Amino acid sequence: MKTDLPFLEIENEPRRVEVTFDGKQYALPEGGNLAAGLLAAGVTRLRNSRVSGVPRSAYCMMGVCFDCLVEIDGTTRQACLEEVRAGMVIVPSGSEMAHEDG
Amino acid sequence: MFLPGLKWRTKMDSCDLVIIGTGPAGMSAAATAAAHGLEVLLLDEQKRAGGQIYRDVGIASQSRGKILGQEYLDGLGLVDSLANGNIRHVTGATVWSVEQDGTIAWSAKDTASMVRSNRVLLATGALERPVPVPGWTLPGVMTAGAAQILLKQSSIVPRHAVIAGTGPLIYLVAAQMIRAGTPPLALVETQARSQAIAALFRHPGALKAWPQLLKGMDLLGEIRRANVPRHLAATNLRVEGDERAMALTFNSRGADHKIACETVLLHQGVVPNTQISRALDLEHYWHSGQAAFLPVTDEWGRSSQPEVFIAGDGMDINGAVAARWTGALAALRIAADLGKINDQQLQEKAKPVRNSLHQERSIRPFLERVRSCFV
Repeated sequence: MKTDLPFLEIENEPRRVEVTFDGKQYALPEGGNLAAGLLAAGVTRLRNSRVSGVPRSAYCMMGVCFDCLVEIDGTTRQACLEEVRAGMVIVPSGSEMAHEDG
Repeated sequence: MFLPGLKWRTKMDSCDLVIIGTGPAGMSAAATAAAHGLEVLLLDEQKRAGGQIYRDVGIASQSRGKILGQEYLDGLGLVDSLANGNIRHVTGATVWSVEQDGTIAWSAKDTASMVRSNRVLLATGALERPVPVPGWTLPGVMTAGAAQILLKQSSIVPRHAVIAGTGPLIYLVAAQMIRAGTPPLALVETQARSQAIAALFRHPGALKAWPQLLKGMDLLGEIRRANVPRHLAATNLRVEGDERAMALTFNSRGADHKIACETVLLHQGVVPNTQISRALDLEHYWHSGQAAFLPVTDEWGRSSQPEVFIAGDGMDINGAVAARWTGALAALRIAADLGKINDQQLQEKAKPVRNSLHQERSIRPFLERVRSCFV
């Protein structure tokens, strides 16, 4: 239910396209900011720390903190600097470090 | 250097001036330099001009503009001024090498390029001072600036957020969230009330800038009318939660508080982004008022290396309007360096810009004293 999501979307957004994140399908605004799209869709974990395995998500939204690292089509990128494109396959960075019940 | 997957352009470009960063300083410098006949390469990490403060202003909708305010919309003129044949604006560009001989390597769309330039202007702006309170790395904890970027670029606002910290930005973000229909659950402010009032009387410079002070007070009125609770002199901030932020706890005026929330927006002011100036081994100095390292520059923004200039918040935190003026001054000096204007023309053109800059800077001491470094 939309009112359960942590972020409110203010405008009627442009057309949405399907992307895959962590094995699930999401319909995100085409050409929109990837990190923002995932946050608005209710994603609370963009990656797991390769050091401790704990979940991490966007912090600065401007490319200086590197907390939003994800793997897009096999390459590690900062989600906050990426645009949504149809058919993107995105995997949390460091997901092999995730705790079993995480 | 071999980088698998990266294609190289074999021809090396050259130009008069490379500007790194397309915020107000970079845009203003580019427009000024181009107007004086300089060939400018403008490199930007983001996808569209505007930097952080004017992020995506070129494509902002009317409703978004209303929420963000006139100050944001003022960036439109700067973006438009980039439409000049002397400016090559490259977006999505990551600058990964700046050599002392003016060779700059950058990549965009997995293609690497190099350019040799007579002059370089660093206009990389500021970044938020990190606020390492316990729990600050949990998902759901972001900077106040990040919330503003989410609103500016993506039109999303957090529904259940606490704003915690100090500095003018916390009031601006709170007001923007109120206008968007999701007021913050609380403002947890780490400065003591007495600090703010004492600063006002100790520094006559602050009284000169009434428009800015009044604007600050309007924001407080907006926050009060929206019934957003304010907790002052907050200490011992801690974000609680297991896999994500669930609550903010703190102490204020002798009482312990716990506010359940999903998002915590932290802010303790901004500091210059000195990544490139450090990589170039330029001289820096500690500015105790700003509690930050600043690059050493002269009155034109020329760094300790004569071919490298710095402008905007990356040189000294003074905000977006001052950044326009320091960007323009650096570009004027560079135009004189490269023989496009003589010294008399330089001084004449610089005079009104310096006046505007002085006006803008006069509020700074007040803001420095209100800011608190300690949580």
